[in-house]
Amino acid sequence: MVTISSNLLYTAFILYLIATVFFAGSIKDKNRTKQGPNRWASIGLWISIIGFAAHLGYFITRWIAAGHAPVSNLFEFTTFFGMSLVGAFIVIYLIYKTPILGVFTLPVALLMIAYASMFPREVSPLIPALQSDWLHIHVTTAAVGQAILAVSFAAGLIYLVKSVDQTKQSKQRFWLEAVMFGLVCTLGFIIISSSFSASGYKAEFNWIDKNGQEDVLEYHMPALTGPHEGKLITKGKFEPLAEMPAIINAKKLNTVLWSLASGVLLYLALRLVLRKRVGAALQPLVKNINLDLVDEIAYRSVLIGFPVFTLGALIFAMIWAQIAWTRFWGWDPKEVWALITFLFYAAYLHLRLSKGWHGEKSAWLAVIGFIIIMFNLVAVNLVIAGLHSYAGS
Amino acid sequence: MKEVKCDCGHVNPIGTILCESCGKVLEEKEKDNKLLDMRYEGSARRSQTYNKTIIDKIWNFFSSVKVGVWLIVITLIASAVGTILPQEMYIPPIMPAAEYYEDQYGWIGKLYYDLGFHNLYSSWWYLILIASIGISLVICSLDRVVPLYRALNKQKVSRHESYLQRQRVFGASQPEDTDKAFTMAKEKLKSKKYSIREENGNILAEKGRFSRWGPYVNHVGLIIFLIGGMLRFVPGMYVDKILWIREGETKVIPETNGEYYLKNDSFILEMYDKEKDNEVFGEAIDKAGMVAKNYQSNVTLYKKQGDTVAGEEADLKKVKDYEVKVNKPLKFENFALYQVDYKLNELNKMSFALTNKKTGEEYGDLTVDLNRPQDEYDLGNGYKAEVVSYFPDFEFDENGEPVTKSRIPNNPAFVFKMFTPDKPDGEISFVAIRQTIEPFGDNEYKLAFKGIDTKNVSALTVRKDLTLWIIALGGVIFMIGVAQGSYWNHRRIWLRRVNGEVWVAGHTNKNWHGLKSEIEAALDGTGILMPEDQLQNQSEKKS
Repeated sequence: MVTISSNLLYTAFILYLIATVFFAGSIKDKNRTKQGPNRWASIGLWISIIGFAAHLGYFITRWIAAGHAPVSNLFEFTTFFGMSLVGAFIVIYLIYKTPILGVFTLPVALLMIAYASMFPREVSPLIPALQSDWLHIHVTTAAVGQAILAVSFAAGLIYLVKSVDQTKQSKQRFWLEAVMFGLVCTLGFIIISSSFSASGYKAEFNWIDKNGQEDVLEYHMPALTGPHEGKLITKGKFEPLAEMPAIINAKKLNTVLWSLASGVLLYLALRLVLRKRVGAALQPLVKNINLDLVDEIAYRSVLIGFPVFTLGALIFAMIWAQIAWTRFWGWDPKEVWALITFLFYAAYLHLRLSKGWHGEKSAWLAVIGFIIIMFNLVAVNLVIAGLHSYAGS
Repeated sequence: MKEVKCDCGHVNPIGTILCESCGKVLEEKEKDNKLLDMRYEGSARRSQTYNKTIIDKIWNFFSSVKVGVWLIVITLIASAVGTILPQEMYIPPIMPAAEYYEDQYGWIGKLYYDLGFHNLYSSWWYLILIASIGISLVICSLDRVVPLYRALNKQKVSRHESYLQRQRVFGASQPEDTDKAFTMAKEKLKSKKYSIREENGNILAEKGRFSRWGPYVNHVGLIIFLIGGMLRFVPGMYVDKILWIREGETKVIPETNGEYYLKNDSFILEMYDKEKDNEVFGEAIDKAGMVAKNYQSNVTLYKKQGDTVAGEEADLKKVKDYEVKVNKPLKFENFALYQVDYKLNELNKMSFALTNKKTGEEYGDLTVDLNRPQDEYDLGNGYKAEVVSYFPDFEFDENGEPVTKSRIPNNPAFVFKMFTPDKPDGEISFVAIRQTIEPFGDNEYKLAFKGIDTKNVSALTVRKDLTLWIIALGGVIFMIGVAQGSYWNHRRIWLRRVNGEVWVAGHTNKNWHGLKSEIEAALDGTGILMPEDQLQNQSEKKS
C-alpha cells in the first residue's frame, strides 16, 4: 500500500510537470485567434486534473496504510500543501480561465512537493498529542487555506513580472529578481540534497554541545561548517572548513550554505543561458495578460483563502488546543505565526479599501504574505521549534 | 447648516458626498473626477464631517482605516519579535529566567530579557495594542455602518445621469425596441437571482446587499472574542492548577471547594511496539528508538456527601470511573482534568529488617511509607525502631549536615533509633540508600535494606474556563461575518432610459469579473450593448 502510495505521488509530480509545459505552450501558441484558453491550455488542465487525482490517490492510500491522515510530519504536510495548491489552482482556473496562472502555480507546487521529499518519508506512528480527529480537520483546513492564499502569490508574481520595468534599475526590479533567486535557491537545495543522499554521503562527528555534553552528529552533506569541537570519526570524509560555536546549529547552517551555493551556481548558469534577468526572461509569457484581471485573481484568492485559513489555522486550532493542551491559546511560535499570517492578510484586506493599494502594491503584499506562510512552514518548524516541533522530524 | 438638500428633493445629512437617493455629486471637490469614489456609497461619515472637539479628534483617529492597519502591522511585528527566543513559560525551570536567557543566548538573550520580551504577550504595551485594535474595531464600524445603511436603504431606482456615467462599468446604446429589451433583460436578471425594482420604466437590479454587512458582523464577533479574553481576569472565571497524584492516592481536586475528590487507580505508559503495532511504522520506530503511544491515568471521581468538620474524614460518593488520556480529558461540571505529565517509579515504600550484625539473625521487618512515615515501628518482643528524623530528598549541605531538598522521596534517608532487649537505651543509625552511618561508634544491630516499592505519579491539569462559550460565540460570529463578506458580492445593475438611449451602469464591491460576465449574459440578445469597464480603459490607455 505504501509503495502504491508513493508511486501515485511520483505520477502526480510528473503529470504536473507536463501540465506546466502545456500551459506554457498555450501562451506561446501563435495560432490563437480568439480570446480564452486554446487546445494546449485545455490539455494542460486535463493533465493537471489527472495529476491531482493521482495525488489524491497517494493521500488516500497512505491514509489507509497508516490508519491516520497523512498530515502528521513535515513531508506529509508539505506534500498535502502542494496538493491543495494544485486543487486551488484548478478551481481558480475554472473561474478565470487564464493559462498563465498554471505556468506560475504549478512550478511552485512542484517545488513544494520536491522540497517535501527531502524530509524523512517513513510512515510514522502518532504520538498521544496527535491522536485526535482534529488532526485531519485542523491540519487539512489550514493547509487548504494557505494554498488558496498561495495562489494569490502566483498571481501577484505574474502581475509583477509584467508591470516591473526591466529596462531601468529600480528597487522593484531588484526585489523581483530576489524573489526569483529565492525560488532558484529552493531548487538548489533540492538538487544538492538529493544528489548527496543518492550518493549516500555520511560523515559522523563527535562534538560538544552547548551544555558541555559530548554527542555524535551525522552529516549527509560535506561539512563546510563543523560542529563545536567536532572530530570527524568517519574516515576519508571532508574535513570542515570552519568550526562553529556550540550555540549555532552547524549542521543546519551547513545545509543552508550548500543550498545557497548551489542556488547561486544555478542562478548564474540561468543568467548565462538566458542572457538576461530571470524576471525579464519570463516577461514574454505575460505579454498578453490583462493586469486588472490578474490583480483581481490575486485579491479573489485572498478573499476565498482568508476565511478558510482562519477557520483551519485559528479556530479549529484553538478547539483542538483546548482539548489536547488544556488551553485554546498558548503563544507557541506556530500559533503566533498563524496569528501573524492572519493579521497580515487582514491588513491586506483593509488596504484594498484605500485608493492606491490596488495593482502593484497589492501584488507585493501577496508576495510578502507567501513569504510569511513559508516562514511558518519552514523556519518555525526547523529553527524556532515549539510544541509543534514534532512536525519537523 | 444641518442638512444638504439635493436637486431631486432628498434631504441628506451634512457631509454627504453622493445624494443618498439619486446619487448626484454633492461635494464640490468630487465633481471633476472621471469616476466616482463609491466607497461607503459616498455617505456622510461622522469622521469626515466633524473635527472640532477632542472627542471628534479621538473618534477620527480611531475611525481611520489607516490607523487600524498601522495597529495591525505593529501588533504583527511585535508578535514576531516574541518568537525570536522562547517565552518565559516555555523555558525549563532549571534556573531563574534572568540567568537562563544570558546563559543560553549570550548578550542577545540578556537584551531580550532586559527589554521584557521574555513575557512579551502579557506586557502592558502589547495589551494596549490589542485594546487599541478593539477600540478601532468599534469606532471604525460605527462610523461606517450607520451612514452606509442609510444610503443603501434610501437609494432610488432612477439614479442621476452623472452618477451612472461615472460608474466604473458604464455604457450607452440604442436598441431597436427598448421595451422589449428591458423585458428580456429583466427576465434574465431575475433568473440570476437579482431582485428587481422599477420606477418610471427604469430598472435597478440588485443582489447580495447583505454581504456589505459582513465586515461589521465579523468586527462584532472579534469584539465579543476580545471581551471573552478579558473576562478571564475576573476572579472565578478561570482556573489553571496542576494536580500531582500518586497511584492509589485520593486527593481533593483544587478549586472545587473541597466538593470533588480524585483517586488515581493507575497510570499507564505505552510505547509503540514494532511487533504488535501496524508494521508500516517499523522503519520510523527503528529510527526514533522509542515512540510514545499512550499516556493514561485511570481515575475515579468522587463527590463529597454532606458537611464535614475540618480534619474529619470526608464521606465520598463515587461519581464515575474514567480513563484520562491526552486528547480525552475528564469533564465534570465546569471542570476538565487533562493528562499533562507523569513520573514513573517514584519511591513509595522501603522495607528493612532489624538484624544483628554479627549473627545475621533477623528480628522482624518494617516497611516505611515514604510519604507518611510512622514515628515508630514496633516489631514485638521488645524490638522496635523509632524514626528520629526523615529526609525524603536527602543531601548534605555545605556544613555537612543532612538536609532535604524537597518533600518528594527521591532519595530518602532516615535517622533510626533501634531498641532491642539488650540495648534498652537504643542505638542510633543513619540509613540512606546504599549507605549506613553509625555516628556514635559501632552498633550491634542494623536495619538491613530489604526492598523498595515504587509507584507512578500522574500530573493532571485542573481547568475551569467559564469564558469559553463567549470566545466560541465570538469566533462563530466572526466566521459568519467573514464568510458573508468574502463569499458573496453586492452587485447592482442600473438600466435607465435617457433621451431615447439606454444607459447601463454596474457596480460591485468586489469581483468585477463576475459582475461583467453577469451583465454580458443579461444583455445578450437584447440589443443593448455591453457597457465598458472605464477603469480598465484608462489603465490600458496609460500603458
